[in-house]
Amino acid sequence: MTKLQNAIIGGVRAVLGHVPASWLPGGTPDPLIDKRVSLGGQQSRIDGPDKVRGAARFAAEVPMENLLYAAFVHSTIARGRIADLDVSAAEAAPGVALVMTYRNAPKIGVPPPIGITNLKAAGNHTLPIMQDPEIRWNGQVVAVVLAETREQAEHGAALVRVRYDAAPARTRFEEGKASAYTPESMLVERNRLDKGDASRKLAEAAFTIDAVYTTPWENHNPIEPHAATLVWREGKLIVHDATQMVHGTAGSLANIFGLKAGDVHVSSPYVGGGFGAKGLWDHQILGAAAAKLAGRPVRVTLSRASMHRLVGGRTQTEQRVALAADADGKLKALLHHGYGVKPLHSVCDEGFSLTGRSLYASESFDVVQHYVDLDLLANSFMRGPGETPGTFAIECAMDELADALGMDPIELRRCNAASRDPVSGAPHSQNAMMEAYDLGAARIGWDRRMAKPGTRREGEWLIGMGCATGTFPFTRMPGTSVRITIDAAGGAHVASAAHEMGMGTATVQRQHAADRLGLPLDRVTVIIGDSSLPFASFAGGSSQTASLAAAISAASGKLATELMRLAGNDTPLAGLKSSEVEFADGGLRSVEDPARHESFASILRRSGRGELSVVGESGAPLEILKYSMHSTSANFCELRVSEITGEIRVDRLVGAFDCGRILNAKTATSQFKGGMIMGLGMALTEETLLDERTGRIMSTSLADYHVPVHLDVPDIDVLWTDIPDPRTPLGARGIGEIGTTGVAAAIANAVFNATGKRVRDLPLTLDKLI
Amino acid sequence: MTPFGYARAADRADALARVGSGARVLGGGTNLVDLLRQNVEQASELVDVSRLEGAIRESDDGGLLIDASVRNATLAAHPLVRHRYPVLARALLAGASAQIRNMATVGGNILQRTRCMYFYDVEGARCNKRQPGAGCDAMDGFNRYHAVLGASDQCIATHPSDMCVALAMLDAVIHLSGPDGERSVPLTDFHVLPNATPQTETVLKPGELITGVELPPPSAAVTHSEYRKVRDRSSYAFALISVAGGLAIAEGRITEARIALGGVAAKPWRATRAETALVCVAPTPDAFLAAIREELVGARPLSGNGFKIGLAERTVVAVLGALAGARA
Ligand SMILES: Cc1cc2nc3c(=O)[nH]c(=O)nc-3n(C[C@H](O)[C@H](O)[C@H](O)COP(=O)(O)OP(=O)(O)OC[C@H]3O[C@@H](n4cnc5c(N)ncnc54)[C@H](O)[C@@H]3O)c2cc1C
Repeated sequence: MTKLQNAIIGGVRAVLGHVPASWLPGGTPDPLIDKRVSLGGQQSRIDGPDKVRGAARFAAEVPMENLLYAAFVHSTIARGRIADLDVSAAEAAPGVALVMTYRNAPKIGVPPPIGITNLKAAGNHTLPIMQDPEIRWNGQVVAVVLAETREQAEHGAALVRVRYDAAPARTRFEEGKASAYTPESMLVERNRLDKGDASRKLAEAAFTIDAVYTTPWENHNPIEPHAATLVWREGKLIVHDATQMVHGTAGSLANIFGLKAGDVHVSSPYVGGGFGAKGLWDHQILGAAAAKLAGRPVRVTLSRASMHRLVGGRTQTEQRVALAADADGKLKALLHHGYGVKPLHSVCDEGFSLTGRSLYASESFDVVQHYVDLDLLANSFMRGPGETPGTFAIECAMDELADALGMDPIELRRCNAASRDPVSGAPHSQNAMMEAYDLGAARIGWDRRMAKPGTRREGEWLIGMGCATGTFPFTRMPGTSVRITIDAAGGAHVASAAHEMGMGTATVQRQHAADRLGLPLDRVTVIIGDSSLPFASFAGGSSQTASLAAAISAASGKLATELMRLAGNDTPLAGLKSSEVEFADGGLRSVEDPARHESFASILRRSGRGELSVVGESGAPLEILKYSMHSTSANFCELRVSEITGEIRVDRLVGAFDCGRILNAKTATSQFKGGMIMGLGMALTEETLLDERTGRIMSTSLADYHVPVHLDVPDIDVLWTDIPDPRTPLGARGIGEIGTTGVAAAIANAVFNATGKRVRDLPLTLDKLI
Repeated sequence: MTPFGYARAADRADALARVGSGARVLGGGTNLVDLLRQNVEQASELVDVSRLEGAIRESDDGGLLIDASVRNATLAAHPLVRHRYPVLARALLAGASAQIRNMATVGGNILQRTRCMYFYDVEGARCNKRQPGAGCDAMDGFNRYHAVLGASDQCIATHPSDMCVALAMLDAVIHLSGPDGERSVPLTDFHVLPNATPQTETVLKPGELITGVELPPPSAAVTHSEYRKVRDRSSYAFALISVAGGLAIAEGRITEARIALGGVAAKPWRATRAETALVCVAPTPDAFLAAIREELVGARPLSGNGFKIGLAERTVVAVLGALAGARA
């Protein structure tokens, strides 16, 4: 992002500083913060029964006549050109209908990049796709084989012969650092932060620590591999996709194929895990191109190996953190520098250096991050981008500082807890980080922790405890909209092109709509996941719940106005303004005099309407520029390390979250736990094995890429402060990503407490501990 | 994957006839099917032997006869195995996942191939085992899981089986049947080191089938045995190091020691030098350490697996120490 962006955002911030809160979104707290009937309950997911029965249809399961199956041939070099391409054996193989290569692929445009300026763009990279013989990363698709069965397609793919003229490729991180580039901004922040002469304070302080932390490449492994079933009908493209950006995918495909916006229809009612991975990658584009060329519908289902070669993961990071403190533990300086990989064709910022800018009240800051441009598949979003690796570095450093000071790690955080944003000075919308610490500490029994490392043992096992802060910013996406339709019987139907990746989107918004409209749950339906529905932004940045909530809230306001108009004068509500009525008991009633009430059904009947629809939209999220809006968490871990083998066994994890109000205890617990398990994987096992000699990923199966198994996952306790954020819809902030942040640091800190060994390099495999 | 024919063997003779005419043997398919799908191996015909009779019975001399088609899960759960050969039950249960063990057969487990990632990457990597003379990308690549004993400049792959480590420690004998009749080979002689021909992994001849495995009657050190596997996660990961150990002690001296190592070589490694060094000595940690060091004198670390040597030492000392402590 550019200097211009920095200037604009800086200007808006300055203006908003003087604007009264009541003029902004969230200026008056949402009444549903307290008035809850369904919200805050334990509703089970409404998609649950269909999924358990196998009745939910995923993208690769949509029935279709005359279908062809696709298999991909991937490049084996990182940079160069295709010199020779022999597809004759593949074309002659049984069942093969078509082989598509750059020679016969339809001419298409490059993917429009995801960004804050075009919400209908979803490209994760901006490279041409099968338009020329150039190879730009190891694993790029060089041929698509379509056949009558998947097995035949795979067989055909194995028969394609490719010879390359290899060119020198930049695939080594260490070498790339020398020519790293430094972007002007990081999401909506200025990249470079230099405040209060950090270097002098680091030089003068009584206590300092200065260390380098590294995290490896990580790959996505959702249970449902990426898949799409695509068909062209009369010049229009229909895509059954697994995506967390329905409209972004539709808009991008329209752009790439030169179609009108409405000519691409994307349907994605269920997604088997997203985590940032389920966006627009080459497989949908190649599938659409191949279907066009073949004149038949095409199904693409990525193998695990194809997923690792085509769907970007989290970049490796190298982060230097230096902290300075006085003898009481007060932070004098916080330095956070580092490198990640972001090829020039990539759109994803792994903004790890944003983490430390809001957490603690340091007197000075010196923060900047650099990107290494390599000939690799574009890096991408993975649960908690930025904060997930960022908290590993910052929170291990805090633990090191506590140890250097001889201070309890929780007390170190307490004495540095910020009362407002330490950099901008903006007030917190709500922040209770230390309440979260107190909850978590009580639950895990922090008083059992030995201050001196290596002093608790059971047989060969050294036992330790650790803690770390997690954090993730609040966002609300503009443009997300919903349609609420009231039917003749007075039921409500909520529709939006939002996304269900298993987290409970429809379930929770159904609770919300019921409470908002004064209806019992069973009178409300929610339908999502289709581009024919009102626009919704992507499910990302932990923003979907807040964005939909804002849209429903806006729609309900319009609904009240419309109903009052229809109600006319022949109603118990006659004479009231829409600001004087509220939703209750399946209709509207006077705030002053609850006896004055008329039901939706009655209003519609009297006005001769079969139904009434309104659309509401989430407006510009100006509140995030006026307030410092961050969720925080306190992560705790108790574990054992074998003195003999270095194996780690995590016995307990406790996560205490300060994320505003919790809307559904069951789905929230599941989100938090899932996030924490991802953090556990990051800490203990996950690592993409990228062979730097060739730029090739070697760990392309679940046997080689180690996610945690059941036995690695301990008892997990999830707690929350449940303190409402008065500036957000429903008093809630997003909870999708924060669960992953801080977990790896809590585990690494516990390992230090158990063994006295400080491992700053993830994952914490046993060879680093013996 | 190349299209292939499939037939279920009616009986052993049928299986032998089909193998004789070029069919590949299919056990549970948990390894072979992956290899076929990734084009590491090719087959035009498969003969499925997994439904042939799979019995586990006592032999005349008090040992155990196990048919090749017995599933890993069945073997691990068998009372005679659990009581007389606990190390075998533990090794089996330390391997793969419950689902894979339900499918995997004894014959297939013995003949499963290495997990070297470069071996599997047909399109993108060089491998002397797949293509003799092509070169080895693991040598200077990711070799954390690779061999420290018995490797060659052609190949550094390890044999991944847990079961076979226990079988090596138990002096198991493999029964084979082929065009020239039947023969038996000790498990420790069945797998071979890579030397200049890493494509040759066992002494199995073309047309031969594994028909079963025979365990001798349990000795004192077998009855008192343990299997410990060290890996990157608690389950569903291959061994970095594994140790099958057994001890018999009388009057403060070791009378019988049995040690086999997994994760160190192209074959399950029977640590005979260490065993010899332990006979008639007092069971102390120092003695265990000296013995295993003697076994590992020839160990050669690669760029990524030097930790295995120390890890093997520590694990052996711990396993034997626990056995000695439990006995004392
Ligand atoms: C993800 C994963 C994790 C695993 N983890 C472990 C682990 O931790 N520890 C471990 O020990 N193993 C592990 N395994 C490997 C597993 O144990 C083997 O795949 C299994 O034992 C092979 O048995 P099978 O019957 O399925 O063999 P198949 O796949 O059917 O066959 C394997 C080979 O044996 C040959 N064969 C089979 N039976 C005979 C016979 N009777 N005579 C001659 N040749 C025969 C086949 O032709 C083929 O070459 C894992 C496997 C997977 C996929």
